[in-house]
Amino acid sequence: MPKGDVPQMTPAFHTRGLTKVYGEGAAAVHALRGVNLEIPEGEIVVLLGPSGSGKSTLLNILGGLDSATGGTAWFRDMELTAMSDTELTRFRRDHVGFVFQFYNLMPSLTAFENVELVTEIAQNPLSAQEALELVDLHERVDHFPAQLSGGEQQRVAIARAVAKQPTVLFCDEPTGALDSTTGRSVLKVLKEVNDKLGTTVLIITHAAATAAMAHRVINFADGNIRDVVVNETRLDPEEIHW
Amino acid sequence: MSPLDRKLLRDLWRMKGQAVAIGLVIAVGTMLLIMMDGLVNMLDETRQAYYQRYRLADVFAPVARAPERLLDDLAHLPGVAAAEGRVVGDALIDVEGADLPVRARAVSLPATGAPRLNDIHLSQGRLLNSEQPDEVLVLESFARAHGLVPGDTISATMNGSRRTFMIVGLAQSPEFLYTTAPGELLPDDARFAVLWLNRAAMAAAYDMKGAFNEALLSIGRGADEKAVLKAVDRLLEAYGGLGAYSLADQFSNRFVSTEIEELGNTSRSVPPLFLGVAAFLLFIVITRMVQAEREQIGLLKAFGYSGAEVSLHYFKFVLVIAIGGAILGSLAGIVAGRAFAVFYQHFFKFPFLVFRLDPGTFVIGFLVSIASASAGGLLVLRRVFSLTPAVAMRPPAPPDYSRTVQFGRVMRRLLDQPSRMVLRRIMRQPVRMIGAVVGIAAGMALSVATSALMVAFTQMLDVTFTVIDRSDAAVAFVAPMSDRTVHELRRMEGVIAAEPFRIVPVVLRNGLNSYRGSINGFVEEPVLNRALDKDARPIFMRKDGIILSEPLADILEVSAGEVITVEVREGRRPVLQIPVVEIAQSLLGSPTYMEIGALNRALREPGRISGAFLRVDAAFRKEVYRKLKDMPAVAGISEKEVTRESLVRQVNTGAGATRYVMAAIAAIITFGIIYNSARIAFAERARDLASLRVIGFSKGEAAYILLGELALVTLVALPIGAGLGYYLSFALSAAYSTDLYQVPAVFAPQSYGSAMVAVLSAAVVSGLLVKRELDRMELVSALKTRE
Repeated sequence: MPKGDVPQMTPAFHTRGLTKVYGEGAAAVHALRGVNLEIPEGEIVVLLGPSGSGKSTLLNILGGLDSATGGTAWFRDMELTAMSDTELTRFRRDHVGFVFQFYNLMPSLTAFENVELVTEIAQNPLSAQEALELVDLHERVDHFPAQLSGGEQQRVAIARAVAKQPTVLFCDEPTGALDSTTGRSVLKVLKEVNDKLGTTVLIITHAAATAAMAHRVINFADGNIRDVVVNETRLDPEEIHW
Repeated sequence: MSPLDRKLLRDLWRMKGQAVAIGLVIAVGTMLLIMMDGLVNMLDETRQAYYQRYRLADVFAPVARAPERLLDDLAHLPGVAAAEGRVVGDALIDVEGADLPVRARAVSLPATGAPRLNDIHLSQGRLLNSEQPDEVLVLESFARAHGLVPGDTISATMNGSRRTFMIVGLAQSPEFLYTTAPGELLPDDARFAVLWLNRAAMAAAYDMKGAFNEALLSIGRGADEKAVLKAVDRLLEAYGGLGAYSLADQFSNRFVSTEIEELGNTSRSVPPLFLGVAAFLLFIVITRMVQAEREQIGLLKAFGYSGAEVSLHYFKFVLVIAIGGAILGSLAGIVAGRAFAVFYQHFFKFPFLVFRLDPGTFVIGFLVSIASASAGGLLVLRRVFSLTPAVAMRPPAPPDYSRTVQFGRVMRRLLDQPSRMVLRRIMRQPVRMIGAVVGIAAGMALSVATSALMVAFTQMLDVTFTVIDRSDAAVAFVAPMSDRTVHELRRMEGVIAAEPFRIVPVVLRNGLNSYRGSINGFVEEPVLNRALDKDARPIFMRKDGIILSEPLADILEVSAGEVITVEVREGRRPVLQIPVVEIAQSLLGSPTYMEIGALNRALREPGRISGAFLRVDAAFRKEVYRKLKDMPAVAGISEKEVTRESLVRQVNTGAGATRYVMAAIAAIITFGIIYNSARIAFAERARDLASLRVIGFSKGEAAYILLGELALVTLVALPIGAGLGYYLSFALSAAYSTDLYQVPAVFAPQSYGSAMVAVLSAAVVSGLLVKRELDRMELVSALKTRE
């Protein structure tokens, strides 16, 4: 697996003229206006931008959750925009991990079982135990989500997302519902996943400070990419403040 | 319009599917209530109006032969408002194409003007010309059954002489809504005729010049009917009075009243059952709905709306659905009630129908449906009151599952995560799950009971015509004959067996209770036509006394061992004291039994029979019937096949017909419950399911978690519903049993099977419908909804 510091020749994702329009006619909202993008494999990429700039839409399309209106999007040599619903499910199952702002854990399963939920269906998973250790959760694994703090819930969510050893990890505002200390510990986990497993990590965030830990920062505005900044030096999550 | 009301409208629009589904359940319940109630009212009113308009008598007094002048005396009896005398008689009609002669009742009409009492409704043709003795009016239903129209001729045998008449018109009469030949159980339009003739022609035919043989009386408001009956009997005693009886005991009226009463019973016992189920369903749905809205409730409170204002807002939501359902149900109820009334109009042969909308019915229908809807709503509103605004400010806390079980090592190996999710959810919310189970069980119970009812009707018919009646035909004589006739019948070519019977019209009395019916005298161990108890075991005839059927024993308030008074209504009309030796639970009708020899001894008429049951070789059937038809002593022959057809017609068109409506509604409600359960479960779990799909679960795997719960709940509900249905089927059978036929409460495995198939299909269809929604779910938007 390639290490984060070495840029790859073939990108994990690339898009050509990607558009997404919600609604029709006068009410139409152009969420994406012809996005051309390349995301190298093994990087931490932060997508920054104001609400409605199109970053979540892009993430949803790349994650196989939504379809594009026009243009093409590729994961390695697979054209996402040409895939059927079943193929997209397959893609998510084999390659993608998701981390959400509100964790989206199954309330009726314990922390351990929530991770097992994924290890049961994945092809080459970590054990649930390993995944939980990776996020530094050792003791409270037999607790239900209602008994865990927000930070703990998010770490379980990350463990669940990485347990399948995904190629990419999508994080939509992973620290949005957390205080800064807890948020930092979550970012630390994401960095570790990237370091140890070589997983490509895409993070959407409002917190511009998060950008400092990324290899690459993509600034979104008005449905398109305003600029892409490659960080020469990266900060450790411990050093980030917001 | 206040912003809250705008929110109400938009919420309704957003939840239109669910709102319509709930509204429809309410509508079905209301419809049933209003339809049945309106139907019963309409039929009852129509009957009353018909009786009044055509001046149906209150008292009927048959007499051997009384002079005309006696009418004055009758009219002057205290309490009597009007009196009319007429001549009636039995006749046999030859109908072209029929194997058997048809029994008929001939009735006189006055030479001029309409009769004072028991007028007729001319539906086709013209009235009789008093100068023409050969003209006749025929009962419309009989004419229609045989395709007779004015201008046709018929020949009738009256008092032994045969005459030909010309039909000038068809008539209907409130007196003959229901007609049946004496000794027959079931009415049949084709097999009994009523003829109206000029008084002079009747007097000539039955030797009643200057006399009458039936007096009709109307009695004044508030008059003592029993006293009038007694006075009439005393007055007619010397002229061979056969015992006056009131309208309540008149055959046609008794039949029609019983049928309407049965409909009334059904309308009182069945719709509340459906409404109860609907109310329960609403309670579950509204509880869940308000729970799902709790953040919005908190938000509204945070803005400064009071608990009462917010509660009212949600209560309005309930009210709009309930009132919408009630209005729809009422309209449908009126339409269905009218349609059914027209159907019953033909059944009861009313010449017109009184459409009357009883505002009371609507008030009740509205109140009941709104009350049932609100019952659910009000319980839930307590929660709305107690919610704090802070709820809206917090991210949703995951529901706490910590008090459900941790699965042990064995279970962990057996159960995958999705199965654990299903089980934990069921265990975490046992009350809600019990609710869903009870709801589906109620649907199952309704299906079991309605389906058992269908089986019961079929079984009743089968038992009646294969176990009880094993003859091919029954021959009835004009008057009791010597029992030697049986031997003659047996000697006829083609007759395999013959078994005599004696039927004696009687009034049974015990203290103040009385019942007008007949005693059936059978041989000690009948073979061709047996009496059966409710377990289908034969009842053997007793020589030492009378056997009463249970409903009759209840009417007379008598038990085995007591002695009752039997007033015989034929021959010398003796009054006898006979011990009741047994109370039997009869399957059909409310009969009275006695061994034929003992009955004859009690009557002091040894060796007399009223008729015989026959088994006839199929090859000789036509021949045998033709020979019997030519015997002057034979009053009629009833073929079993024909009787069976009329019973089938009876149970399919009478009060029994509503069983199909019930079954249809039970199916709708069962489906409604299951579909709503599935929909609600889906709404509650949309976010979890979307998360699973995002993680990489396929549509099928996500559906498993949702539908696994539905499947589990349904499987648990099935045996419970089967148990409930067992008891419910008793209630339904009792509600559908009439004086005429008892619907047995059957334990029919096939009804459980078919109910199970119905419930499972409803579950599968609901599952597929919800799965379709799950498949179409937009993953992104479902995830953004916080709950």
